[in-house]
Amino acid sequence: MALPAATIEQLGQWEVPEQQIGLWSDALQRFRRNRLAIAGAAVVLLLVLIAFGSPLLVQLHLIADPLKQHVEFIEAAPGQNGYAFGADELGRDTLSRLLFGSRVSLAVGIFVQAIILPIGLAIGLTAGYFGGRIDNLLMRFTDIWYAFPDLLFVLVVVSVFGPSLLTIFGAIALVNWVGLARLVRGQVLSIKEKEFIEAARSSGSAPAKLILKHLLPNSLGPIIVTLTFGIPQAIFLEAVLSFLGVGIQPPTPTWGQMVFDGYENIYANPTSVVFPALAIGFTLLAFSFVGDGLRDALDPRMKR
Amino acid sequence: MAQTLLQVEDLHTQFFTRRGVVRAVDGVSLHIDAGETLGVVGESGCGKTMTALSVLRLVPDPGRITSGRILFRGRDVTKMTDDEIRDFRGNDVAMIFQDPMTSLNPVTKIGSQIEEAMTAHKRFSPQEAGVRVIQLLKRVRVPAAERRVSDYPHQFSGGMRQRAMIAMGLANEPSLLIADEPTTALDVTVQAQIIDLLKQLNRELGTAMMLITHNMALVASLCERVVVMYAGRVVEEGPVERIFKSPQHPYTWSLLRSVPRVDELRKDRLVSIKGLPPDLSNAPPGCKFHPRCPFVIDRCKREEPELAEVAPNQVARCWVLMRNVPEEAAEVTKQVVISEEAAKKLQEIPGAGS
Repeated sequence: MALPAATIEQLGQWEVPEQQIGLWSDALQRFRRNRLAIAGAAVVLLLVLIAFGSPLLVQLHLIADPLKQHVEFIEAAPGQNGYAFGADELGRDTLSRLLFGSRVSLAVGIFVQAIILPIGLAIGLTAGYFGGRIDNLLMRFTDIWYAFPDLLFVLVVVSVFGPSLLTIFGAIALVNWVGLARLVRGQVLSIKEKEFIEAARSSGSAPAKLILKHLLPNSLGPIIVTLTFGIPQAIFLEAVLSFLGVGIQPPTPTWGQMVFDGYENIYANPTSVVFPALAIGFTLLAFSFVGDGLRDALDPRMKR
Repeated sequence: MAQTLLQVEDLHTQFFTRRGVVRAVDGVSLHIDAGETLGVVGESGCGKTMTALSVLRLVPDPGRITSGRILFRGRDVTKMTDDEIRDFRGNDVAMIFQDPMTSLNPVTKIGSQIEEAMTAHKRFSPQEAGVRVIQLLKRVRVPAAERRVSDYPHQFSGGMRQRAMIAMGLANEPSLLIADEPTTALDVTVQAQIIDLLKQLNRELGTAMMLITHNMALVASLCERVVVMYAGRVVEEGPVERIFKSPQHPYTWSLLRSVPRVDELRKDRLVSIKGLPPDLSNAPPGCKFHPRCPFVIDRCKREEPELAEVAPNQVARCWVLMRNVPEEAAEVTKQVVISEEAAKKLQEIPGAGS
């Protein structure tokens, strides 16, 4: 069945209304379909609110001061004397300390990633883009770094420079950048072979432009995912440090420190271990779900 | 006589691999005049693409241009500094690639990719570049160009992407456009549109074109002059009519017989060239084509012929030359060996078989 010529011509002019779907909004749609990821994101958001809001709550006298000691209420059970979550071995309010503990955990998680990102990007991009000898040199350096035991390295750094916030962030970042550097290098190596890189080179683009405009944006998805998974890792490492007594120093409330303090009286008052441990667990789980959701959402092969 | 734009002289590009030196381009000389369209044909792996990449100094590792000169308007490309070569790419000579599906960055808008080609050379201000992108897209006949500039590559079809690639190639008004198999990855109807477009652009803008292809029909419809390459060497060169009407090198002749032609009714079968192109790290002695040549003589196995003029403007690298091959001898090579079983099946189909 042939259409008359005029109709065919008209067909060419009809425009098919198409929905503009950018890469990011497409990813957002896929993320939203993942229920666990949404739940994780909600928990993360709640944590952020708590971290920023807890000093305000103290001012409004909704919760007790996390540092104030009440000798008469030492090891109070949950619900006793107005302590919803009980009190610890110095008579401090566990609920208040839990809420304040989120500040340290979130700060560790996020600032450590902020330090890892530039180190990992610089080493990964340089090694991947220039290849050859530079790549070899940087990657062997990375391997040597990776071979060093994480915890031992952090302990050494902290004991040399003292357990301040900055040294702890720095030390955790210094043992965790290796994964990102390797990932970025791998991404760059595979993207570098794509024809659009050759096309850009053949139209005279400078190396800096190639890296920033073509290589980096194309590897952004996996980078974001790795950083998201890096957050719970860093939080956990900080908790371990606090538990070992070399983390953030008392009296600043941190979840790891609380587990450590409660651990001594675990049979007398198990709740002072259980609550901070649950807080750590839920936080790690939430970030992991968000990471999983992001990985699926940002992977172009996971269309629909 | 038109001005010579590009002059490649005795170019050698070699790959230093663990298995030995691969002579991908082995003493190629060719030239392109301003506004001219040159076709470079040959099978896969005979050095066409490497010749083109050498011109832009984009030979991938572990390859290197080992000797020879590439003169563009008298300047030697092989001696340019890194900054000079970067300015040369895209500005004087632009290249479009085979697969439009992978030649565009998937996370960057079409318009900004074309703009990037312009801002790399600072010939246009960012404002001018923005206006020019739309003009360029219109020029390569992308409908609704104003709206399409902010689309991402995955929203473009294959033919549209190749148009966008061509627009990117033309962005800085280069005097030479190298098209490496520009239609191979496209379907037939779109191929025709792209060919028409290239033809039109060549006429309207006077951009010289170097068309790398194994598609003889494309060469016939688009090019004025043809260079035939085999095993990293030029084996024949001449005006397109001469090459098609009276090819002198047995390789050119075989290539032409292996493709169907619309302009003449043929009763005989298409004949494939037996064998494969030689391993370029271990090429045969003498003429590189002799193991596959139907008209081989003893001399071919010992000495390699030089490019010699066989007709006005036509050169070929052969001891025998097709005009010296008696027609009956050529006929013999047309017979294709097919199995008896296949022959029987052909007989059963009404109207088929010979």
